[in-house]
Amino acid sequence: MQSAVIVFPASNCDRDAATALEKITGRKPLMVWHEETTLPKVDFVVIPGGFSYGDYLRSGAIAARSPIVRDIVKKAGNGLPVAGFCNGFQILTEAGLLPGALMRNKGLRFVCRPQKLQIVNGDTMFTKAYKGITEVTYPIAHFDGNYYADNDTLRELRKTGRIVFKYIDNPNGSLNDIAGICNEAGNVLGMMPHPERAVDPLICDSGRGGTDGIALFKSVLEAVR
Amino acid sequence: MKKVKITPEVVAEHGLSEKEYEIICDRLGRAPNITELGIFSVMWSEHCSYKSSRRHLKKMLTKGKRVIQGPGENAGVIDIDDGDAIVFKMESHNHPSYIEPFQGAATGVGGIMRDVFTMGARPIANLNALRFGEPSHPKTKSLVAGVVHGIGAYGNCVGVPTVGGETNFHRGYNDNILVNAMCVGLAKQDKVFYSAAKGVGNPIFYVGSKTGRDGIHGATMASAEFDDDSDAKRPTVQVGDPFTEKLLIEACMELMATDAIIAIQDMGAAGLTSSSIEMADKGGVGVKMNLDKVPQRETGMTPYEMMLSESQERMLMVLQPGKEHIAIEIFEKWDLDVAEVGITTDTGHLVLTHKSKTVCDIPIAPLGDDAPNLNRPYDPPKNLDTLYNDQIMDPVTRGTSYNDVVTTLITSPDIASKRWIWEQYDRSVMGDTVDSSNSGGDAAIVRIHGTNKAIAITTDCTPRYVTADAFEGGKQAVAETYRNLCSVGAEPIAITDCLNFGNPERKDVMGQFVRSIEGIDAACRALDYPVVSGNVSLYNETNGQAIPPTPAIGGVGLIKNLERYATLKGAKEGEHLVLLGKTDGWLGASLYAHLILGHAKSEAPLYAPPPVDLEAEKAAGTYVRRLIRDRRVSSVHDLSDGGLALAAIEMAFANGFGFKLKGSADVPLYAWLFGEDQGRYLVSVEENSLNPVISTARTLNIPAQKVGTIGGSRLIATGGFDLSLQDTHMEYESWLPDYMAD
Repeated sequence: MQSAVIVFPASNCDRDAATALEKITGRKPLMVWHEETTLPKVDFVVIPGGFSYGDYLRSGAIAARSPIVRDIVKKAGNGLPVAGFCNGFQILTEAGLLPGALMRNKGLRFVCRPQKLQIVNGDTMFTKAYKGITEVTYPIAHFDGNYYADNDTLRELRKTGRIVFKYIDNPNGSLNDIAGICNEAGNVLGMMPHPERAVDPLICDSGRGGTDGIALFKSVLEAVR
Repeated sequence: MKKVKITPEVVAEHGLSEKEYEIICDRLGRAPNITELGIFSVMWSEHCSYKSSRRHLKKMLTKGKRVIQGPGENAGVIDIDDGDAIVFKMESHNHPSYIEPFQGAATGVGGIMRDVFTMGARPIANLNALRFGEPSHPKTKSLVAGVVHGIGAYGNCVGVPTVGGETNFHRGYNDNILVNAMCVGLAKQDKVFYSAAKGVGNPIFYVGSKTGRDGIHGATMASAEFDDDSDAKRPTVQVGDPFTEKLLIEACMELMATDAIIAIQDMGAAGLTSSSIEMADKGGVGVKMNLDKVPQRETGMTPYEMMLSESQERMLMVLQPGKEHIAIEIFEKWDLDVAEVGITTDTGHLVLTHKSKTVCDIPIAPLGDDAPNLNRPYDPPKNLDTLYNDQIMDPVTRGTSYNDVVTTLITSPDIASKRWIWEQYDRSVMGDTVDSSNSGGDAAIVRIHGTNKAIAITTDCTPRYVTADAFEGGKQAVAETYRNLCSVGAEPIAITDCLNFGNPERKDVMGQFVRSIEGIDAACRALDYPVVSGNVSLYNETNGQAIPPTPAIGGVGLIKNLERYATLKGAKEGEHLVLLGKTDGWLGASLYAHLILGHAKSEAPLYAPPPVDLEAEKAAGTYVRRLIRDRRVSSVHDLSDGGLALAAIEMAFANGFGFKLKGSADVPLYAWLFGEDQGRYLVSVEENSLNPVISTARTLNIPAQKVGTIGGSRLIATGGFDLSLQDTHMEYESWLPDYMAD
């Protein structure tokens, strides 16, 4: 599987994503600069965490209008698997690939901790390899992770199994404890937690054992094969 | 621009003495103009010239087998094998953080990171040593909130994990908080960059943010008199932009991978002035700059303002001639300003032109060579009495209980969990944080990316001890970092020091300063643990009341193999607790004495702090590292504030198991549990290792004994306390969030 990681000027989890992808897919991802207008031919795209263009406006608002994201929107529409973690999730909602918005955390503070999550839908291209495991721990590290959508959207997300991850002990006020969702076709995932920082048993600071994120990337690997 | 007349008042407002002004006139052969006066004044300020401290700092141990670069550059550099180098430094940003906590703390973090990546090192970890006033002071809460938010906002955005630090509260910091930021970076030894501007005729480049009127010293006078049309006085606290810092890091890293840079220096305090002069002075060259070329954020800036501005996120570089286009291309790619502002010369002078006129022409050497080097008089602090244990110090005699003592200590501001603070810092970005504040461990552990080795990092100082005995307190601060590094299995390599004191013109304060340095140095020499970088912050006082002397020490060590390290976690039920090191039950200047015996109420310190036996310290530390290497211990914690009881409790919090401690035949129970004798470790060992761990220690003359067992859900000291692990943990966690939510 050839993957790509999008690099904005203030992306800061681009290396984390690249490390995880290389470790699990066995191939270095292509690092794609934000000014590119066309994605190279790849099987999977990660929009990493960070602050894209500083995020002095709404998080992800400017990045969503960058040349590369316009091409991602187009190709995602044709079925290209795309995952956005943290700032990547914010960008995907701003770009309209996913519904809803990420607002300031309820406590009005940045929050970084190992976070327990429930896998609500284990039958997506991002969760299949969890094979029935329903509880995982990934690190979270964000200020704007408070998921909001109107009632109709929330109902729709619930009904169609598009809520992929929920928080156990909600850290930021997200409606319905939503931590991650996918689009209708199931090929675009956005989530605030960082599975890419949970791929190494030595990195205990990320949670218990720190390897719960591996199966997410394996799921994609198996799906695109 | 109106010409400013140099009157004695103007000289005084620039903080220069009459004698210093005479030296300037003598070296120039004429009176300086206002720009030149401004340059001399900042270069000879305490901050840049270290005039009160230089002669004392010179005495310190700065060399060692792993030291690549000691003090004198932007940061210290040490060898961590395989061609890798660690670059690190700690610096204060106290005054700005008190005035404007968010921006003050944020720019403190930004400034220390620039010191590190200026040398070619990518920042991989940040730490912060914070001191606030007493919790009941009306300003404390908002200062805590602002400082923590500022540190997080900057470090989180730049994408460098904030992995550790310490926080104290004391009334002595009510009007003068301390914000000491430490940054650790990783470089290749053959790609470390220095600030000496070599060669003549080489282009000087300015990169980063534009220059504005922020942070200008003496700006009150200067902007009022310089230009009558000047629209407003600008705030003197600098404003940080972490987005630009992130771009600057990436652009510098990209340029450093080429061979275009001869020398590079960040613009910190006194911005363009100190960066250009330090580069020229170190390289033995002159500098000519055209100030019209300096990227400016505001119109009508004078040479004085440009040279003294402390706008953030700027760097000065000397490039290889012919390679300018490489730099321009990279900085333009990252949307940063880049401008050729000058050239190196053979005149030995700093020459500045502005609007085709020469506005400054001064010899560079005197700025450094003739900088004041004061020998301030000082009174060494007098030695305090030893506090001898006495029945009246027993909690029961005092009408309280051991349970209450534990609860008081565990919920005291200095001890209670700082989760509310460190959860606001991204600790896991970069994917190499093995352990951070998360586990309550002794030192943070950060892996070297792509390898199986790691560095351990810690910051420590116990102002309570330094106040009582500056020499022993200085020793102790270094020893505690050493102990914390050994606790995780790291070989301690070197330290950075951030020396925060009051007004050096006061003999007692100067005495504290000198004795602390002597204590630090004694520990460095005995432990073979040199100082490679640091910072001095004096005049920390309000209304004549100095802060408690606070020499914060940042220690760095190496874990060669990540299969062999330890933290507080890992102890299993049924394992034994073994105490290493000598216990006399020392309570002078202890947390117990301060909070339970009421010594904290005294304005002056009452009793001597625990002495540090450096030979014993070294022996115990070496032995603990060996035990970790040989996998003889499942978890390790050093003993510090609150002694054995608190060490065991913190271990219990990390592991989720209770314990049962027993007393000692030689030391009264309260002193046994809460004494703060130095050089001690608590380790957990399985049954098979118990006797070997104890007997080997004894052959090495290290006192060792079994003090308890692990298991259950109660925290028990036989004949003393008996508490629920869960409830105590909850109390420990809730003090700070409750306080901040009030």
